[in-house]
Amino acid sequence: MRLVLHIWRQKGPKDKGRMQRYDLDGLNPNMSALEMLDVLNEQLTEKGEEPVAFESDCREGICGMCGFMVSGVAHGPMKGTTACQLMLRNFQDGEELWLEPWRAKAFPVIRDLVVDRSAFDRIIAAGGYITAPTGSAQDANNLPIPKEDADRAMDAAACIGCGACVAACPNASAMLFTSAKITHLGMLPQGQPERNSRALAMVAQHNIEGFGGCTNIGECEAVCPKEIRLESIAHLNRDFIVASVKNRANVKPAVKISKYKRDPLHSN
Amino acid sequence: MKLDSRCPTGPIESRWDRARFEMKLVNPANKRKYTIIMVGSGLAGGAGAASLGELGYNVKCFCFQDSPRRAHSIAAQGGINAAKNYQNDGDSIYRLFYDTVKGGDFRARESNVYRLAQNSVSIIDQCVAQGVPFAREYGGLLSNRSFGGAQVSRTFYARGQTGQQLLLGCYQQLEAQVHAGSVTMYPRQEMLDLVVINGKARGIITRNLVTGALERHLADAVILSTGGYGNVFYLSTNAKGSNATAIWRAYKRGAAFGNPCFTQIHPTCIPVSGDYQSKLTLMSESLRNDGRIWVPKKKGDTRAPNQIPEDDRDYYLERKYPSFGNLVPRDVASRNAKCVCDEGRGVGESGLGVYLDFSDAIRRLGADVVKDRYGNLFDMYHHLTAENPYEVPMRIFPAIHYTMGGLWVDYYLMSTIPGLFVAGEANFSDHGANRLGASALMQGLSDGYFVLPYTVGDYLATAKPEQATTGDAAFAEAEQNVDDITQRLLSGSGKRTVDSFHKELGKVMWEKCGMARNATGLKEAIEEIRSLREEYWKDVKVLGSGDEFNQGLERAGRVADFFELAELICIDALERNESCGGHFRDEYQTPDGEAQRNDADYSYAAAWEYQGSDKPAVMHKEPLEFEYVHPTQRSYK
Repeated sequence: MRLVLHIWRQKGPKDKGRMQRYDLDGLNPNMSALEMLDVLNEQLTEKGEEPVAFESDCREGICGMCGFMVSGVAHGPMKGTTACQLMLRNFQDGEELWLEPWRAKAFPVIRDLVVDRSAFDRIIAAGGYITAPTGSAQDANNLPIPKEDADRAMDAAACIGCGACVAACPNASAMLFTSAKITHLGMLPQGQPERNSRALAMVAQHNIEGFGGCTNIGECEAVCPKEIRLESIAHLNRDFIVASVKNRANVKPAVKISKYKRDPLHSN
Repeated sequence: MKLDSRCPTGPIESRWDRARFEMKLVNPANKRKYTIIMVGSGLAGGAGAASLGELGYNVKCFCFQDSPRRAHSIAAQGGINAAKNYQNDGDSIYRLFYDTVKGGDFRARESNVYRLAQNSVSIIDQCVAQGVPFAREYGGLLSNRSFGGAQVSRTFYARGQTGQQLLLGCYQQLEAQVHAGSVTMYPRQEMLDLVVINGKARGIITRNLVTGALERHLADAVILSTGGYGNVFYLSTNAKGSNATAIWRAYKRGAAFGNPCFTQIHPTCIPVSGDYQSKLTLMSESLRNDGRIWVPKKKGDTRAPNQIPEDDRDYYLERKYPSFGNLVPRDVASRNAKCVCDEGRGVGESGLGVYLDFSDAIRRLGADVVKDRYGNLFDMYHHLTAENPYEVPMRIFPAIHYTMGGLWVDYYLMSTIPGLFVAGEANFSDHGANRLGASALMQGLSDGYFVLPYTVGDYLATAKPEQATTGDAAFAEAEQNVDDITQRLLSGSGKRTVDSFHKELGKVMWEKCGMARNATGLKEAIEEIRSLREEYWKDVKVLGSGDEFNQGLERAGRVADFFELAELICIDALERNESCGGHFRDEYQTPDGEAQRNDADYSYAAAWEYQGSDKPAVMHKEPLEFEYVHPTQRSYK
């Protein structure tokens, strides 16, 4: 099988970057898009050209590390898949594909298809948790949770933090990501005590990071590899409004980017 | 080197209680004066870093991925065991302990395993309190399923994404500590050496994977929770980035390596489809609750599975092991799959596969129930193979999955280097020669939440580490060592890519040190690995420089370590003249082909001590004693 690839090459955050064409032949339709890049990189290395930087780890769609735009669609044309699960059999022989990194102000490019998504960690750190210090828990069955609630929490908790929702959104909003966590924890009785402060703190952090607002376009839901639903953003909006009325005073201070040693691009 | 397991004595039920009481404590006001380095952010690392942060220690946590949430614990599918006995089916802490010692083929420490079974109960409580959305029944209580090697239902699960949900639970707890200021997170940093000062582990050298800069980090104790080394086989169910570099470089600084040859082959993975393949995908063991494994009775039967009538099918696990059936432990299931394929009855194009069939379950329960239990696994299989498992049976084959071996640790999870602790899959401690399904998540979280917070404190209170700075000569020497390796990898004018070497190494390991091993093959493998390693250093081609984001360089360093580790695995396998658990030596089997242990001569844990690059490693033996579960021929019939 033959494919023509146009891949975004950018040596570092300061490099301007450009599309580069690569012709690949002898591909197996059972390969994943990442294995196709492995093949390309082997060929480039043998020729002495620098291989294309892209991220991946588990290669079974759960770690959230891989992801790039395939001809303008985050993770490619197949529904509910990550780039590592995107098999070449879904493309035509000889097809041309454009591979680009996630593009968003809050996701600076590190190199080629690799971007910095540490903003997501800071949104979680701002309030995406239930305070439950080790050792303080009661027996797990003391608090029954209706199955439907647990299932809905699980649907939202399936988010893998890949960033496709941001890349697909014309506003580069991370509302689907943020709301998935708010929905997951807000569906559970254990999540109630911090429900209001969580919504305020996470949204505040989301905005500080430079993500845009949500205008209900729905591109995020269309590309989400875990099919997180747009209604979770409605859940976020409700929590945010209630919280804004109820307890504005309890908002935790936001996580400052400059205070964050974890982020190599901003650390020095 | 003297091995002291420091196991408590007395009745096994009270050993951990007594050990905890006897441990020295660090006064709350003094905890913040101690710095602890945690390398790795998976279940053991994330849970440990968060819990130590909550206690008030100053924690620095490192991971090579872009976020702690990516650690490979996330890919665990099926579940986590706990002796809750919510099902009233006769489970107890003692039974979980018993099943785990037996499942490990009597090559694990009883004291450790008992503690693991005790902690299992608190783990579920902790996870539910964090908001882990475990599966529930309509009444709102937690649901359980069965896993291999057990006849009770004690496995808690969150669809086929249990590892993901447990990891996100501890990731969130970790992030809360980052926000609180007790934990500093260092993502995209790879540990490349351990710094030992006055015989104590005092820090690490890392490479900032974005800028390439080497960094020195000082601490009063160092914990490695860096996972397993299955990628030494190239193809495995491990993540692409999973590697042995942190534990291997600690080994070269004096930490003994325990039972390196105990590697686990998982029976239910999607078969290899071509040589471009970069990894193998697991299909959860939980599928064996409802799926039935079979091959055609006749050799070379090429009919489509649906065309083969019941009478021509061999449900070989149900036939050979009627009491456990499809739920025999992993080592037994894998070996039997190999046997039927060796007989020429394997299915699929390559003949290396067996069927895992859900048609009975779909008939019995309906497709909706099957979908509720395994939906995401079925979808994953469908994506990868373009075959719909609701309609045709899955094809599966064994693949390298987990490594029971790892750095040797005592009961307190401390290695042979004082101040260096090892947790989770990276240590060798709890699973003996074979790990039962749903026990890895349990061990990672037990180590992280409920063991390290006590034992690290005891060490700090007892050892009282001396003043030191990153200006110490040991830091300079370690940094130089790392820089030398980097320069050596970059300086070559070689022609071959890192991956081409890695694939070749993996092939040798899989063929000669995989599902079945023998002395001749192992000796050949050792020679082949040595010559391939020599060629590697002469002919490997790594582009770019050390001062930039360079994924080729990262991989090159990891593969260099795999070469050395691979040799030690084969040496250990050659030394162990018996079959036990995942270590199956052709020469040692019972008349009906089961593993033949030799308790008289091999009832020990092997701990290998590094002697320098030009001398063979020396093996030390930690004798294993069984006071409670008496070694017998493991039978699942």
